[in-house]
Amino acid sequence: MPDTPAIEVRHLTKRYPTGKLAVDDVSFAIHPGETFALLGPNGAGKSTTVEILEGFRSRSGGDARVLGVDPARAPRTHRERIGIVLQTSAESPNVTIAEQLRHFATLYPRSRSVEELLTATGLTDQRNTRIAKLSGGQRRRVDVALGIIGRPEVLFLDEPTTGFDPEARRQFWELLGRVKAEGTTILLTTHYLDEAAHLADRAAVVAGGRLLDTAPIDAIGGAEARTPIVRWRDDTGTTHEHRTEDPVTLIRTRSEHATLHDLEVVRPSLEDVYLGMVA
Amino acid sequence: MSTASIGASRVAYEIRSYFRAPDAVFFTFLFPIVMLALFSVAFSSADPIQAGPVSVDYATYYLPGLVATGILLSGTQSLGVDIATERSDGTLKRLGGTPLPVLSYFVGKIGMVLVTTALQTAILLGVAHFVFDVDLPTTPERWWTFGSVVVLGIATCCVLGIAVSALPREGRRATATIVPVVLVLQFISGVYLPFTQLPDWLQDVASVFPLRWMASGMRSVFLPSEFEQAEPGGAWHLGTGAVILAAWLVVGLVVCLVTFRWNRRDS
Repeated sequence: MPDTPAIEVRHLTKRYPTGKLAVDDVSFAIHPGETFALLGPNGAGKSTTVEILEGFRSRSGGDARVLGVDPARAPRTHRERIGIVLQTSAESPNVTIAEQLRHFATLYPRSRSVEELLTATGLTDQRNTRIAKLSGGQRRRVDVALGIIGRPEVLFLDEPTTGFDPEARRQFWELLGRVKAEGTTILLTTHYLDEAAHLADRAAVVAGGRLLDTAPIDAIGGAEARTPIVRWRDDTGTTHEHRTEDPVTLIRTRSEHATLHDLEVVRPSLEDVYLGMVA
Repeated sequence: MSTASIGASRVAYEIRSYFRAPDAVFFTFLFPIVMLALFSVAFSSADPIQAGPVSVDYATYYLPGLVATGILLSGTQSLGVDIATERSDGTLKRLGGTPLPVLSYFVGKIGMVLVTTALQTAILLGVAHFVFDVDLPTTPERWWTFGSVVVLGIATCCVLGIAVSALPREGRRATATIVPVVLVLQFISGVYLPFTQLPDWLQDVASVFPLRWMASGMRSVFLPSEFEQAEPGGAWHLGTGAVILAAWLVVGLVVCLVTFRWNRRDS
């Protein structure tokens, strides 16, 4: 790898006082400028991992580094270089969007302009609306605006689009595309696979606190899991299904002696691969 | 940005939020003013309260306790509920993820209490003087005592507010946990009922807490000196009050330093 990783986790373990092992020997590295998705079902340990990296939780074992700094011992100046979008929005109900952005802008040394953020998040018309009066999707966009206001080198996004309608999700993806284009390293947790496929360069699949695989999005689960599937019905109505790297030859051979009804060739989607892994 | 300039920016932000929450404004900011008006009007045809050869009307009699109560409400009650709510609704966690220094956060909170208490006390004194004809002190010694009790009282009440914010398990219960304690203190500390009419043991209990001493300090400012005879032991006990407030201040500071965190503990 050419650079020092922006985020590096080695043998990370988190055991809660209740005895629950939430993160079990997880290791991965995220390169500068890369967008990395942590995929997994609810309770897989995604948020715990991210909160350890954000500095909100202690770890029970292993090592964690964000921009070369141990998040458990990071000085407050370290927080000028990271941006955090938590899983749940904070309330702050009695200030307007513009007031909230202006205030948070004073906390960082190289803040973005409030106007730029309002435009980027499509909140210009609501700028003087109190946060209490916003819809869930609009609040989430305020959260994202606050996450990127300090031009972070590393941005943490914990299930950023949960509860968005498809249109809002599209707009959010475009916004993140611009943040990514500025060279920001992004760690994203999501359980929307289309979101990971759209945004991330690489992904890790976690389930039950364990890392199942880390790979580029189109290689998750390994080549085996992506072998195309050929499916058809024969004259008796029985369904046949074969996995092969060479569907054309298979179809040619089989169709010499019989008619193949409802023939289809499918390449397993990320979702098929993922469901196969976490099942 | 420096801790101080961020703190100043927090003060403006906190004050703006404070005055936009109608329930806080009523139950902390306007409460003593409303109570003063209520008592003054309700007892307007009652006989004045005697102490030896002098007497005062009910507005004058209630003013000192309500000034002290205002400080307790704006400091302990409002800060305690405010910070407990911010811890529960994720505001503190979000701030903990920014470069905001913890000190600037508290500068913002305490600055908010200073400004709102100053305004509240000024309005209270203004209403008492101009609406209910209460005579305000004329000697510099009394104003000096007034200033000292206000400053020490605000400092102690702020620190206690920050300390009690750790008590409620969740934000929804913050009001239900903190308000009753503050209310009981008002009744046993000589704000609404004459302190020496309480049973001795209740006076002893009240004397452990700051409000009783803030109230008697304020009585020494606003009541004629003949009323000193009506105090326990026939004296204002300003020195004892100062020591007790200072003790709470120190204990409260230690509790805050030990218990305050942006985030709830790992569970």
